[in-house]
Amino acid sequence: MNTFKISSKNLVRNKLTTILNIILVAFGVGILSILLLAANQIGNTLEKNARGIDLVVGAKGSPLQLILSSIYHIDYPTGNIPAKDAYKLAHHPMVKRAVPLALGDNYNGYRIVGTDTSFTKLYSLSILKGNFWQKDLEVTIGSTVASESKLKIGDSFFGAHGLTGNGDIHKQHAYTVKGILKPQGNITDNLILTNIGSVYKMHEEKPEHSAHHAPLAEAKEINDKQITALLIQYKSPMSVILFPRMVNQSANMQAASPAMESARLFSLIGVGIDTLQWFAVFIMAIAALSIFISLYNAMKERKYDLALMRCLGASKSKLFFLVLLEGIMVTLIGACLGLLIGHAALEAIGSYQESSQAKLTGLTMVPQEIYLIWTGLLIGALASIIPAMQIYKVDIATTLTKDR
Amino acid sequence: MIKISSLAHVYDKGRRLKFPNWEIADMEQWLLLGASGCGKSTLLNIISGLLKPTEGEVLINGTDLYTLPARKLDRFRGRHVGIIFQRPHLIRSLDVLDNLELAAVMAGLPVDHERNLSLLAGLGIAGLAKNYPDELSQGQLQRISVARALVNKPDLLIADEPTSSLDDENANQVIRMLTTQTKDNGAALIIATHDQRVREHIAKTYLL
Ligand SMILES: Nc1ncnc2c1ncn2[C@@H]1O[C@H](COP(=O)(O)OP(=O)(O)OP(=O)(O)O)[C@@H](O)[C@H]1O
Ligand SMILES: [Mg+2]
Repeated sequence: MNTFKISSKNLVRNKLTTILNIILVAFGVGILSILLLAANQIGNTLEKNARGIDLVVGAKGSPLQLILSSIYHIDYPTGNIPAKDAYKLAHHPMVKRAVPLALGDNYNGYRIVGTDTSFTKLYSLSILKGNFWQKDLEVTIGSTVASESKLKIGDSFFGAHGLTGNGDIHKQHAYTVKGILKPQGNITDNLILTNIGSVYKMHEEKPEHSAHHAPLAEAKEINDKQITALLIQYKSPMSVILFPRMVNQSANMQAASPAMESARLFSLIGVGIDTLQWFAVFIMAIAALSIFISLYNAMKERKYDLALMRCLGASKSKLFFLVLLEGIMVTLIGACLGLLIGHAALEAIGSYQESSQAKLTGLTMVPQEIYLIWTGLLIGALASIIPAMQIYKVDIATTLTKDR
Repeated sequence: MIKISSLAHVYDKGRRLKFPNWEIADMEQWLLLGASGCGKSTLLNIISGLLKPTEGEVLINGTDLYTLPARKLDRFRGRHVGIIFQRPHLIRSLDVLDNLELAAVMAGLPVDHERNLSLLAGLGIAGLAKNYPDELSQGQLQRISVARALVNKPDLLIADEPTSSLDDENANQVIRMLTTQTKDNGAALIIATHDQRVREHIAKTYLL
């Protein structure tokens, strides 16, 4: 028997009110935790995958689209750039490392990336089993690709044209799996890596597909040797201003900075996040109000209980904390429940997400969630402080001499 | 043990209530009699430390009750005075046994489970230990109030019209239990009443 038991027994006695208040708090905290986790995970993904990449050069178009397609492998590429222009940029004195990318095909939704060894250095890739690709049509697959598509070393498969779906299969050449990468925790887990030559080979001669697949454009693509994008690492940060300007002056290429575009993307998503955030804060405010009203109303009846406890020797401050504790318990339970709901909801969202590149999960925690619990406690304390003050006004003698 | 001297109280918009001096020795049992509205409840509240009198002093075992700071007074009341009201007040969200434990907890004393059970047994309500107040009759509730007042082994038991809402049989039982249990527990007893049924049990009277 202690203050905690008295408070909780009283909460159980007023089940419906207690449950309503807990649910309100849980919803507010739940939404906030989803936002917190999602923003954190998206931010992490963006940052992790863009690490070491100072600039992306690709065909003219939306810079955001260029970043999304060549770093995060989400959107469609903006087009192709001439391989010889890219080669010139790659050997520019300001450039420390340039990684060519040839995109355009997929296998069961996993993008096939034609590149060279600079790619493995950029992402510090290492092999789990087998080898890196060496010859044309050899591939090394990311760990997620291996586990989900059940491809093993020595297996072969056909790539399909486009970045999703397998409608337009390149039947004339089959890729062979040469190696599987160690899990990297970034986008490379979801990629199939090969050399650029393989990607060219796919599009060399396409007797049966040429009928319905823009034959002219494709023929040109091959003849002029094009690539999709170039990931660039500068030698020194000084190049940030000069280099992009130089690239953008060329007729058919543009430069996009991952840092700038991520920031822009975040500011776009940010509007939605803000709205939801205010909605959650609003719900929390309603929860606080509801707890306040229910505690305040309950004081009419509880006056007798509290006067009785005073009579039995409890001090005013002890009873003050008794009432405060009730409010805090409701919000604490609500906050914990809200965190559970938030994590469960995010895990559910993640399992329905199609793009495996930016999958959300509810199984991670972020330190800021502690603040949500503190906020819950604070709201509970704030909402119950005025009802608890009533303790100081109760006249024990008159309350107990009168009938209920 | 208890001494009141030159005690008087004036309510905000009321007349002045004057109380004759009174001395109660250890384990004495007293009736507090008087017409309705003459200040019986007021006096009991003053003696139990719930209402500060306008004039005069209350000495319990030599301590002047109203010179104690609020927190000490609360504690003193919890440990030395057991109070029984006309209408039994129990915490409805707690069962009978928890209500008894509450008395010890609120007074800052350790819970004595055995004693609580034997108190209930002594009052013939051991079977109700796990019941909630809403499930009990007035007579049963009043007996539980008696048990609760005795939990902390008080020096003084104060009962304000404990029988007025009970029928003859219950009233007789409660009074008998009050007098015997207070004796057994070595406490003094004051009962305020205008109930004839009570007078048969107690000899000493203080008239207002
Ligand atoms: N809280 C209060 N505020 C103002 N006046 C009060 C208050 N309580 C009691 N009184 C007045 O003080 C006087 C004494 O009241 P008290 O309740 O002590 O009488 P009582 O002897 O217990 O009466 P009863 O036998 O009906 O219980 C009455 O005139 C009453 O109107
Ligand atoms: Mg009275």
